[in-house]
Amino acid sequence: MRLALRSEWTKIRTLTGPRWLLLAAIAATVALSVAVTSVMTCAAAGCGHDTTKLSLTGVQLGQALVVILAVLVISGEYSTGMIGISLTAVPRRAIVLTAKAITITGVVAGAGTIAVLGSLLAGRLILPSHGFTPAHGYPPLSLADGPTLRATVGSILYLALIALLSLGVATIVRDSATSIGVILGLLYLVPVLAPVIGDPHWQRLLQQIGPMSAGLTIQATTDLHNLPITPWAGLGVLTAWATAALLAGTLLLRLRDA
Amino acid sequence: MTPFPQLLHAEWTKFRTIRGWVAGMIATALMVVLVALLAGVSSDQHGAPPVPIGPGGEPVNDSFYFVHQPLTGNGSITISVSSLTSSIASGPADLRPGTVPWAKAGLIIKDGTRQGSPYAAIMVTGSQGVRMQDNYVNDTPGLPGPVSATSVRWLRLDRSGDAITGYNSTDGTHWTTVGAVRLEELGSTVQAGLFVASPDAVQGPGTVPTVATAVFADLRVQGGRLGDHWTGDQVGPESPSFAGSPPNPSGSVTESGGSITVTGTGDIAPAVRASLGTAGTIADILTGTFPALIAVIVVGTLFITTEYRDLIHVTLAAGPRRSRVLAAKATVLGTVTFTAGLAGAAIAIPLGGHLARVNGVYLFPATSSTQLRIVLGTAALLATASILALAAGTLFRRSAGAVTAVTTVIVLPYLMVAQIPFIPAGVTDWLTRLTPAAAFAVQQTVVPYHQVASVYTPYNGYYPLAPWAGLAVLAGYALVSLAAAAVVLHRRDA
Repeated sequence: MRLALRSEWTKIRTLTGPRWLLLAAIAATVALSVAVTSVMTCAAAGCGHDTTKLSLTGVQLGQALVVILAVLVISGEYSTGMIGISLTAVPRRAIVLTAKAITITGVVAGAGTIAVLGSLLAGRLILPSHGFTPAHGYPPLSLADGPTLRATVGSILYLALIALLSLGVATIVRDSATSIGVILGLLYLVPVLAPVIGDPHWQRLLQQIGPMSAGLTIQATTDLHNLPITPWAGLGVLTAWATAALLAGTLLLRLRDA
Repeated sequence: MTPFPQLLHAEWTKFRTIRGWVAGMIATALMVVLVALLAGVSSDQHGAPPVPIGPGGEPVNDSFYFVHQPLTGNGSITISVSSLTSSIASGPADLRPGTVPWAKAGLIIKDGTRQGSPYAAIMVTGSQGVRMQDNYVNDTPGLPGPVSATSVRWLRLDRSGDAITGYNSTDGTHWTTVGAVRLEELGSTVQAGLFVASPDAVQGPGTVPTVATAVFADLRVQGGRLGDHWTGDQVGPESPSFAGSPPNPSGSVTESGGSITVTGTGDIAPAVRASLGTAGTIADILTGTFPALIAVIVVGTLFITTEYRDLIHVTLAAGPRRSRVLAAKATVLGTVTFTAGLAGAAIAIPLGGHLARVNGVYLFPATSSTQLRIVLGTAALLATASILALAAGTLFRRSAGAVTAVTTVIVLPYLMVAQIPFIPAGVTDWLTRLTPAAAFAVQQTVVPYHQVASVYTPYNGYYPLAPWAGLAVLAGYALVSLAAAAVVLHRRDA
């Protein structure tokens, strides 16, 4: 296992692709967060915005780059034939996938921490000049605030879980374009489709099982009783998706020819 | 050199023999249809109050406080207005004075009190001066400026057969004509009198109810045959825009010493998305365009990146003019995608619309030419997106980056503007003008009205660009990317 981990770590460390993708994920996350917080204003008390969630909006864009990174970790090997070498070096295929999962979780959590803290810092610096002041009921964003801390840690975990879900799906699908199509579909479609579902019960159910709509409830700090699912349960739903994808991926990796 | 038709044939043969790509195209059409099916089946609005329909067939708001009596034959009615004040519901049981631009108080001649019946009216407004309006959609300006005790407005409405003429005056002696309209559907006995309405006011990303009070005097009726007393009635209390607050929403009328004070709420105007929240649009039915988009982006990218695995040298040796190869690919891909999108949208619109209506959902009407535009436009949107993906695939040579880039530039702006109601209107306007998401304007059916203050944002289905102009933005991105791809393909080693 240690050997497998070391080889995965070496691959991700020495390839230029992953490094650029991680940097791009950080930049995209912070950039979108800055853009969103820069356009929001609060004229009077009670404008009803969730400043923590606003500051963390960038995660919705950053996750797309995390998806590419995680998909390429496995499908990149299929397209170059590297997978044959990886599986020859470590014949126990579950170990290869586990090593990949651990490595990708580590690097995404690392980059995610920078991206999420950067976004939060941007919100803390930008929002007060847009009317989100203590007088209007918005103290500066701070990790000392319980819900904000939960949203911050949760967003980092969210990015790591998205990476694991992507790794699982890519192991199942193998082709990178199709994998990314499937994952972006899974993530973005529920928020797009939910409003056209006329029955409120089905609509809520859809939002409860959608990996992105459920997972991102971890970012909410206000109006918690209106969420389709509680924050930690929402992150749990995403964990279930990631686990299911990884298990199915492991199974197929063991059963199929590489 | 290989002739272009042969290049086309070669690309078409590649496309149709790869099972995954053909499956992707079938999935594209299927997803558009399936989502329409899902939207139709899952909706349930049985028992919802019927939406009032105006003489032109459009949905309307028709609720106001009406002090009226029957008027038979020709005649005229005159009034002076010395005050129109509005209050805005700022919170539960919290009414604050404020300006409602299109609060209305004046005279109306209406074919009965049924909601949606033909009418003509002349009125003072909160901040839009005197207006003559008829049949919900028509609006003509009269004297400008607000009404007050020092700036009284006199109004007159005159019926002569089908013709109704509106006059206004600042002193009750010198009159000017505001407008004359013909209402052919009007019966010989109509309801005539005073009315007050106050539409919902825009506040942040939504609207809040308002209520208006007007002070009238000098009521005079000439000609016609009237009853002997005036009745005050709320027209359309069940109107969708009339839910809940302000508390005590029904209007009232009081008279003292020749002056008549009328309080009312509601609006007499075409319905818009914000005032008819329960209604659906064809764009809602076509939400399946999104999963379809992802499918065409994946296929469009793979159509070129797969070549980079092994075939590109053969392809380029067969067609050494590389830009022609790219053009052939774009033509084949665009045509196939267009066909799949066309089939999907052409089935989805009637199917989803039928299911929604069966389940009691009111759909904003669209003429057959509008529906044709939406079907063709949706097919063109998908085809253009696939060509953008082809260009991105050529530029990146890798599928992963291309698929993600194209999906996020189209879907993410749409998610921001169409799903998050509180993004400021200026930003959503900018996003739907400049980003590829502008193309969704091609599915728009609702139209804004200058005489209705409302939230005209993409979230509510209103796009800043005209339908084809929106699509042209996406086409611009696709063309520029394709040109860049041709240059890069030409310069780079394969």
